[in-house]
Amino acid sequence: MVEFTLPKNSKITKGKVWPKAEGATNFRKFQIYRWQEEGGKNPSLDTYFVDMDTCGPMVLDALIKIKNEIDPTLSFRRSCREGICGSCAMNIDGINTLACIYGMDDIKGDVKIYPLPHLPVVRDLIPDLTHFYAQHASIMPWLETKTNRPAKEWKQSIDDRGKLDGLYECVMCACCSTSCPSYWWNGDRYLGPAALLHAYRWIIDSRDEATGERLDELEDPFKLYRCHTIMNCAKTCPKGLNPAKAIAEIKKMMVERVV
Amino acid sequence: MADVNRGKRPLSPHLTIYRPQLTSMTSIFTRITGNAMLLAALMIVWWLLAAATGPGYYDLARTVITSWFGSLIMILSLWALWYHFCAGLRHLYWDTGRGFEIKQAERLGIMVIAGSFILTVLTLILI
Repeated sequence: MVEFTLPKNSKITKGKVWPKAEGATNFRKFQIYRWQEEGGKNPSLDTYFVDMDTCGPMVLDALIKIKNEIDPTLSFRRSCREGICGSCAMNIDGINTLACIYGMDDIKGDVKIYPLPHLPVVRDLIPDLTHFYAQHASIMPWLETKTNRPAKEWKQSIDDRGKLDGLYECVMCACCSTSCPSYWWNGDRYLGPAALLHAYRWIIDSRDEATGERLDELEDPFKLYRCHTIMNCAKTCPKGLNPAKAIAEIKKMMVERVV
Repeated sequence: MADVNRGKRPLSPHLTIYRPQLTSMTSIFTRITGNAMLLAALMIVWWLLAAATGPGYYDLARTVITSWFGSLIMILSLWALWYHFCAGLRHLYWDTGRGFEIKQAERLGIMVIAGSFILTVLTLILI
């Protein structure tokens, strides 16, 4: 359902302005979305001032610095700090990206940070991704085979392996799906760019023997066809992948198998 | 499909905080122009009905449609028609699996915008 405004309990209020650290001069202003279940208050936008002379270059460096030195209650997910785990996905400066590989030099003015859009918030910058993961599981993200298991391994030519480039690199950070207006309005039934990119990755895997079943499963007005080629997914992917193209290829295969 | 029980959890902000992209804006305008053209279609139907009703009523309809406001709606509808047409061509091209690199998609977006204005002006000159 298209709902432009946020529910009553989700409207963002003015938050706390945290004091500047003494002795520092080179401050940068951060506005960060805060919400916790305790207290029953609405979400707020807190303001922090980070001393850039003693801070690393990435947005995640600033978040960790805030948590260490200003406000230990600020909550966010992070792990690898090099763009491979996908944990620190969030909305930074109006687009979804990974805080660990997004440089603060690329942001003009104040740094605004929100959780990934249109998801239930567990706390602060931590969204609930249960439904997103369930959708990924629903596309059977594994090799389906019917022939007898080979003596050693399922072999693949170098060319066929090459077809998986630009697909296998996805780290399931959810930046793309949560950037998609179609996924905002119909995320309950539309699978979204991430799950569909993974679906395509298995559809074109030369070793997979369930291509027909996979396409049957996607032949649905919502699961696949809510993609309207808005392309926010490809534009925002922190790994430079192109889910929009993968979805178009699936749509093409749907047509090709009936003509 | 797992149903997420949101409980008291708020919904994170979306439309109001997401930065508009060239691709997303050209996409939503495809839909807006498609729907807005209904207005022009209704006006034309009204004009035909007025013509069928009688000269007095037809004069009223003609006055409204050729007034500055009527002309404005007609010119905007003309632009909407051309925009929707160009965006439609872009969708046909996309359906062949081409034009999906971000640079290509954005160039196509600029072509749709430019094309819609050029075709509108050409139409106005030629009719």
